[in-house]
Amino acid sequence: MSEIWNWQTAADVFWKLTKVVPVTLEATFLGFALAAVLGLVWALMRRSRFRPVSLLAYWMIEFVRSTPLLVQLLFLYLALPRFPVFVIGVTGLGLHYSAYLAEVYRGGIEAVPQGQWEAARALNFSPFKTWTRIILPQAVRPIIPVMGNYLIVLFKETPLLFTINVVEMMSVAKKFGSHTFQYTEAYTIVGVLFFLMSYPSSLLVRWAERRMALKQ
Amino acid sequence: MALPKVLSLREHDSEDSERRTRIGQKTKDDKTQESPETTPIVRYRGVKKSFGDVEVLKGIDLDMMPGEKVAVIGPSGSGKTTLARLLMTLERPSAGIIEVEGEPLYHKRVGARLVPADERHIARMRSKIGMVFQHFNLFPHRTILQNVTEAPIHVKKMPRLEAEEKAREMLEKVGLIEHIDKYPEQLSGGQKQRVAIARALVMEPKIMLFDEPTSALDPELVGEVLAVIKEIAEKGDMAMMLITHEMQFAREVADRVLFTDGGNIVEQGTPEEIFEHPKSERLQAFLARFLGGVGGGGQ
Ligand SMILES: Nc1ncnc2c1ncn2[C@@H]1O[C@H](COP(=O)(O)OP(=O)(O)OP(=O)(O)O)[C@@H](O)[C@H]1O
Ligand SMILES: [Mg+2]
Repeated sequence: MSEIWNWQTAADVFWKLTKVVPVTLEATFLGFALAAVLGLVWALMRRSRFRPVSLLAYWMIEFVRSTPLLVQLLFLYLALPRFPVFVIGVTGLGLHYSAYLAEVYRGGIEAVPQGQWEAARALNFSPFKTWTRIILPQAVRPIIPVMGNYLIVLFKETPLLFTINVVEMMSVAKKFGSHTFQYTEAYTIVGVLFFLMSYPSSLLVRWAERRMALKQ
Repeated sequence: MALPKVLSLREHDSEDSERRTRIGQKTKDDKTQESPETTPIVRYRGVKKSFGDVEVLKGIDLDMMPGEKVAVIGPSGSGKTTLARLLMTLERPSAGIIEVEGEPLYHKRVGARLVPADERHIARMRSKIGMVFQHFNLFPHRTILQNVTEAPIHVKKMPRLEAEEKAREMLEKVGLIEHIDKYPEQLSGGQKQRVAIARALVMEPKIMLFDEPTSALDPELVGEVLAVIKEIAEKGDMAMMLITHEMQFAREVADRVLFTDGGNIVEQGTPEEIFEHPKSERLQAFLARFLGGVGGGGQ
């Protein structure tokens, strides 16, 4: 087995890898859902007039953004030995990206004109209804493309889960390589699969961006 | 400053007796000695407002009677908007008391003392007041109909169908019934402001505040909005505070005109007194600049 590229091997590994694509996608969407919820929580906590709450969110965001995802994953893995690795992986991804999404939400919220808050107040909306009916719907719409970009970034980071023994594309490729010594095909196909999934998604995001820009 | 004269009673002289008894009960609860006819619906007492070191309202005393239409005129920066925003609870006074229907807006009576009120009290008081903004502040993500039904449904907990019926009625009144499924961005400025008026009216406030409702509009659209406000003023028994630069409009609609300058109410009186016989030099100068500049009355 000395040739650089073998099409048969490539086809074999391709089929092997497609079987774990669902794992990667699940980790991506669950992680992103968690990030979207937590990010909103941080963003709202940041705005709290109660200092300890806003400070807690501030340090949470800063800490998470200032440390590598890989280190965070390994830390959670060691700190939570009883949890399934998939759950730890999703938590790590969600937590990490929640810090970035918090900033995105913040931008979206701040872009809602002051007059909207005042109209809501003049009509006697409760704080909860003001957020859910007036502010958030307007804050989220323009940031949807940015959120989409983060979704793609998060997706491309899922191979890191292999470091905590989640069986996803990267670990399957590595195992395949160590059995067959055909690492080139294995890792190349991983790349191809990622490209096949993220490129159309990024086109979608760009389309959404253009639509938003037109709406302005 | 002289206490405002109790004038313009002609409006509520003809009012139904039901309202009087309501006010009568209120006064009894409040242990004030005034007769129902003289109980103001809004009362400012020594109201001051500072932003940082700048005092923009310097001790306002003002009474508005139920149903009274009060126009507020005055140069830019004189505190007109702030006056209204304090009543709408968009801004808190730095000092003084504001009362609505004899009840303090930002305070609660505990025995004889006044203590700062909680948000629940303020929310209850706020429901008596509505406001129309210079820049409309419509909800861009909701249709015209939804803009008007949003508060009845989500604040008053009114059933959707009932809210929609009332909203249609209001939108009919302001002449926009054929636009109810459009979004605000599809409307002209004048139409937007009429939606904003319907949105405030549907909550049935007892006091409506208009902060320069036409000054963000193209000149050709001013008339349609003023006509709507005028109609509401003539039909409704709401008290209205009309901040405006449309002098002709103020003259036609207002029972009383206030002239503010430098954070004070410098002069007040009937439209005739203010526009025909201004006393203070500052008002004379203001009117000369204003009416002279734009050729007499509304722009
Ligand atoms: N939130 C704020 N922070 C600081 N200063 C403010 C604020 N709101 C108003 N002011 C100042 O208070 C003064 C009175 O403002 P206000 O808006 O009440 O005047 P106005 O009579 O409505 O003027 P205009 O005719 O231009 O609308 C102005 O000097 C203004 O700059
Ligand atoms: Mg103003």
